[in-house]
Amino acid sequence: MAETVLTNPGQSPARPEGWRGVADDWASDQRAFKNVSWGKAMMWIFLLSDTFIFSCFLLSYMTARMSTTVPWPNPSEVFALNIAGKHIPLILIAIMTFILISSSGTMAMAVNFGYRRDRVRTAALMLATAAFGATFVGMQAFEWTKLIMEGVRPWGNPWGAPQFGASFFMITGFHGTHVTIGVIFLIAIARKVFRGDFDVERRGFFTSRKGYYEIVEITGLYWHFVDLVWVFIFAFFYLW
Amino acid sequence: MVDIPYEGIPGIPPAEVPDVELYHPRSWWTRYVFSQDAKVIAIQYSLTATAIGLVALVLSWLMRLQLGFPGTFSFIDANQYLQFITMHGMIMVIYLLTALFLGGFGNYLIPLMVGARDMVFPYVNMLSYWVYLLAVLVLASTFFVPGGPTGAGWTLYPPQAILSGTPGQDWGIILMMSSLILFIIGFTMGGLNYVVTVLQARTRGMTLMRLPLTVWGIFTATVMALLAFPALFVASVMLLLDRLLGTSFFMPSLVEMGTLSKYGGGSPLLFQHLFWFFGHPEVYIVALPAFGIVSDLISTHARKNIFGYRMMVWAIVAIGALSFIVWAHHMYVSGMFPQFGYFFATTTLIIAIPTAIKVYNWVLTLWRGDIHLTVPMLFALGFIITFVNGGLTGLFLGNVVVDVPLSDTMFVVAHFHMVMGVAPIMVVLGAIYHWYPKVTGRMLNEALGKFHFWVTFLGAYLIFFPMHYLGLLGVPRRYFELGDATFIPSSAHSLNAFISVVALTVGFSQMVFLFNLAWSLFKGEASGGNPWRATTLEWQTPETPPGHGNWGKELPVVYRWAYDYSVPGAAEDFIPQNQPPRATQLIQGAAS
Repeated sequence: MAETVLTNPGQSPARPEGWRGVADDWASDQRAFKNVSWGKAMMWIFLLSDTFIFSCFLLSYMTARMSTTVPWPNPSEVFALNIAGKHIPLILIAIMTFILISSSGTMAMAVNFGYRRDRVRTAALMLATAAFGATFVGMQAFEWTKLIMEGVRPWGNPWGAPQFGASFFMITGFHGTHVTIGVIFLIAIARKVFRGDFDVERRGFFTSRKGYYEIVEITGLYWHFVDLVWVFIFAFFYLW
Repeated sequence: MVDIPYEGIPGIPPAEVPDVELYHPRSWWTRYVFSQDAKVIAIQYSLTATAIGLVALVLSWLMRLQLGFPGTFSFIDANQYLQFITMHGMIMVIYLLTALFLGGFGNYLIPLMVGARDMVFPYVNMLSYWVYLLAVLVLASTFFVPGGPTGAGWTLYPPQAILSGTPGQDWGIILMMSSLILFIIGFTMGGLNYVVTVLQARTRGMTLMRLPLTVWGIFTATVMALLAFPALFVASVMLLLDRLLGTSFFMPSLVEMGTLSKYGGGSPLLFQHLFWFFGHPEVYIVALPAFGIVSDLISTHARKNIFGYRMMVWAIVAIGALSFIVWAHHMYVSGMFPQFGYFFATTTLIIAIPTAIKVYNWVLTLWRGDIHLTVPMLFALGFIITFVNGGLTGLFLGNVVVDVPLSDTMFVVAHFHMVMGVAPIMVVLGAIYHWYPKVTGRMLNEALGKFHFWVTFLGAYLIFFPMHYLGLLGVPRRYFELGDATFIPSSAHSLNAFISVVALTVGFSQMVFLFNLAWSLFKGEASGGNPWRATTLEWQTPETPPGHGNWGKELPVVYRWAYDYSVPGAAEDFIPQNQPPRATQLIQGAAS
């Protein structure tokens, strides 16, 4: 019977080999990424776009740093603290980095408990993550205050290239804004988790759509991304 | 030949995503104003973009008045001329074309063409429009602030963009940057929706390789926009900081108004790199939706399947990818390391390959087709010719040695107006004539449409062809008046006057189109659901205009690609994408 051909027009019966097969897999019916929800796909694509923003910021900073004719202030010295009579370079940044990376750990645990529908632990771990994030932003504020007291301004500083202050405030400010937004999101989602919104499929205030525990993972994606960006900022701004 | 067995409908896999529940508006406000329906958002986007686009059109008239008849119009001074140029360029490229293609056509066509009920996140989609509107309002407000809008040129190059002496240095440049930042935020919210809808929310049977090329064009352009706008975002933030806080990212130390400025140590070239890393993909963000739409117009109105569908898709993707590594061809005379020119000229010319594939495929689609010279088809044909013309002058400008003498002349103006001004606008107009019946249920008046086409098409050539010649003479762009330079013959001045007269005529003739849009809304001939006898899903909706949720109770199921026109043996010369093969077989049996 000709029916086998007619019921399946446009689709080749055998899986094609090589790149053609790869392309066909990607182009497959209904969804390109199987078992990926809309929200998760959207977050990934947003993070890709955001990666380009941070890359542009960091590349611009590196261009400024490489092309300046005035010496660049030594980050190890600028970001040193005197603790108990000892001069320790980069100590504050080290602690901040440690805190932020730890917060990724609590976030990952929150995702795990979220999928087990353990409301209380999920909410507690998300709040712990938010607390780590808030601590990070607080220490950033301390660092900003210290530098401003020492005379660092966006348009100049006592030690060298004026682009040092400009890049520092811009990049850490933009990253800090990301962390702050993350903290707000974490608290909002933690509240929903704790209240049991995702168990009773309560509708969102703005979107009037049902929420799912997956949102914990999506928030986690964002949070891990912000962490990862910090690692690059740490490497390129402080360690260079 | 062994078929892969599927459950349910033969040949079509079961639904992978449960049908989503839509937000149902309960009041007039949530139905028409704060609407979450992509179709309403699309119309909001289109009307806003058209409104601000008309402002840019009027600005171009004022510029042409000055260029054609220098010294005649006392109400245009040199500063205003620069402001007109800047706002005209910025509005046309970003706030009109980008917003119209992606926010307008994207919102309307993507859910309908892929067989979805709406965008995946309608609420975010709604926010996208309102942030866009805010960006437009901030931009428009610059006309009313002290000092007026910025006159830095649409490229906004520092250092001059933020130094005193440039018009709009007080408020204009600040608001321009703020508006761009808002636009990018708004666009990102919409763009994420478009991409996820195409990737993850297609109906059953709609593989990516069955998508109409319109969706491919808009989808690829949106992906590019999500990766290119970040560079503009960063450039805007840094320029804003330079202007407001006195940082020196882009500002070298220089003398401003006789005194040493506070700036020092920055790199103006860095801005140009960031700007053009956005700016060049932007050309294709505007062009790719046009490529996609025009493919569908040609196929439908020539009653023939698109030639080389698979190659068309790959060409779109290849152009999108290549356009990210050509940006410095805008910077041959900028003072960057000269040998970069080799690389960027090479990549630029390589883009000609996928582009030529597309042009040949359009022409081969027309070859021996059953061509109906409807208004959309006329505009599609106008696009192909204009695009080829504009593309050929691109070969001149892409080569370093030819570009250097032609830089900053009217030749460049003529080139980019042909290739990314007139050509995409041709597609926009053709697309409006094509889809207006779906949006309103009524046809646009054809006689007025043909008049509109011929005036626009011939007018565009009368305007921009002589401009190439002016450029070859060395007439510079962005000059308020040419004065008595000896290398410019007097014929150039009369040519300028001629261009101005034509430009004003063509500009005014667009009012015929606006009248047609308004008149046909009430008096147009009723179109029915599928006036063009097209195959794609948006023409198969149960209602016209499509209702909330697009598809009634059941989502459509797709059995074939989008180009089954004039299939031999079929009862009609088109087979809709959602027509099951068995039914075709029955019709075929009855026909034979």
